[in-house]
Amino acid sequence: MSVIATDQHDVAEDEAQGRRIEVQDLNAWFGALHALREVRMVAEPRSVTAIIGPSGCGKSTLIRCINRMHEEVPGARVSGKVLFDGQDIYGSDVDPVEVRRRIGMVFQRANPFPTMSILDNAAAGLKLSGGLGRSVLRGRAELALQRAGLWEEVKDRLNEPGAKLSGGQQQRLCIARALAVEPEVLLMDEPASALDPASTLRIEELIHDLKTQYTVVLVTHNMQQAARVADWTLFMLYGEVVEFGPTRKIFTSPDDKRTEDYITGRFG
Amino acid sequence: MSEYAATGDVLLARRSTAVTRSRRLKNRLFTGLLWACGFLALLPLAFIIWYVLIRGLSALNINFFTREPAAPGQPGGGIVQSFVGTGLIVGMAIAFSVPLGVLAAVYLSEYGRGRLASGVRFVAEILLSTPSIVAGAFIWALVVVAMGTFSALAGSIALTVLMWPIIARATEEILRLVPQELREGALALGLPRWKVILRIVIPTAGSGIFTAIMLAVARGMGETAPILLTALGQEFLSTNPLAPADAVPLRVYDYARTPVLSQHAMAWGGAIVLLTAVLVLSITARILGNRQRGRVR
Repeated sequence: MSVIATDQHDVAEDEAQGRRIEVQDLNAWFGALHALREVRMVAEPRSVTAIIGPSGCGKSTLIRCINRMHEEVPGARVSGKVLFDGQDIYGSDVDPVEVRRRIGMVFQRANPFPTMSILDNAAAGLKLSGGLGRSVLRGRAELALQRAGLWEEVKDRLNEPGAKLSGGQQQRLCIARALAVEPEVLLMDEPASALDPASTLRIEELIHDLKTQYTVVLVTHNMQQAARVADWTLFMLYGEVVEFGPTRKIFTSPDDKRTEDYITGRFG
Repeated sequence: MSEYAATGDVLLARRSTAVTRSRRLKNRLFTGLLWACGFLALLPLAFIIWYVLIRGLSALNINFFTREPAAPGQPGGGIVQSFVGTGLIVGMAIAFSVPLGVLAAVYLSEYGRGRLASGVRFVAEILLSTPSIVAGAFIWALVVVAMGTFSALAGSIALTVLMWPIIARATEEILRLVPQELREGALALGLPRWKVILRIVIPTAGSGIFTAIMLAVARGMGETAPILLTALGQEFLSTNPLAPADAVPLRVYDYARTPVLSQHAMAWGGAIVLLTAVLVLSITARILGNRQRGRVR
């Protein structure tokens, strides 16, 4: 399966580089509703790109277009391009399953698989893809749990159901599950919005660590969160990009009046 | 000012006690009425169980479950061929209707959109309310006539016609209760859709699907008319799926119509066994179903 990248780089080099995402003239619909209009953005390797904006502005739709999850909604449609290191993931010969394996995703509500233990949840992607032995699976799952900062808390109860963990732990379990399949890009759709401040802080620290290896795209409705963790920020309104630039610039001297109004809390 | 207010309060207080008293009375009256209705609804079941037990218990002994029928007028004997026949027919019906019903449910809940899906749903709905004797007559014309013989197989096909829509509709409901986030979470790991359904969605719905199957089995086990037209009945023990077979409800029907008193008792005995099996299946299904609902939400 070499639909996205045919080049056989050294794996270590690839991991260190991460992948570049470039969205070009993207439009998305839910039935007749035009949810995204001519969106352009870039997510650079080894950096965090935050998408902010008021509810219903299309943040989640945009991030779900980057790993082709948008088309899972009945009646949903997309036009335009999303380039993954230069290759269009909407190309006719691209398998969405392969896209999703290489571009991982963490959702707003933690969604561990209720029939699986903590360890099986972490290993789920690899295990169900098949082809790996028990000990390899366990090693990869352990590594993923460590990276997600959950290992110390769960190492003595790996066989308990994943749903028994607290909300914040469940979300980190979902991050571990996404990391275990070794994606190259990590999409996070409001990963901390359902969590308490302490758990939110842990997730933010985690995002900070992850960007040393991954391209991270983060949707958040919390502007302070974007200011704290993002290198780049995209501000959206009514399905359109208002402004895109370095986070510092967006938050200190935005070009657009609407961006300034939003980040100073005048609406939204 | 305060004078008026005080008067008003007193008036209001007096009226409200009067209102409260009549309300309390009405409340008690209607609560009592509802209790009575609830009790009335339970009465027939209690009466059925009690009556079947006193008429049939005398027939239940080890011979009843292990022997073939004795010659009319002779003491002893049993209806082992009915139990074996029911097991054979219902067992084959499960083997046919579970894959059919579950696959139809997966199609309806995971893939089905547009005309074909509403068509399948409509057909299942119609079949659910089809009189069972019609299913029997249909399978008689289709299978019995073509094979030239009544058989356990034909009986199980007739039951399949009745059972798969029950399984399909109930399983579809339970699959729809599986949160969409779980499907998305699994798809986002780069798993193909069929694997997501097989390894995540169906296990999550697990005991709910089992409940659906048990309800269908409870229904199929008690059917008489379609079995009569397809498996015919049998006085001797037979395990050949291609030969006529007996079934417990069929035996109850047959013996209830004979003038032989010892056979009447056997019919009541068969009724006890059927009733017990259906109650056990339904209660287990209910308990598992409740547990499932707790898990999915």
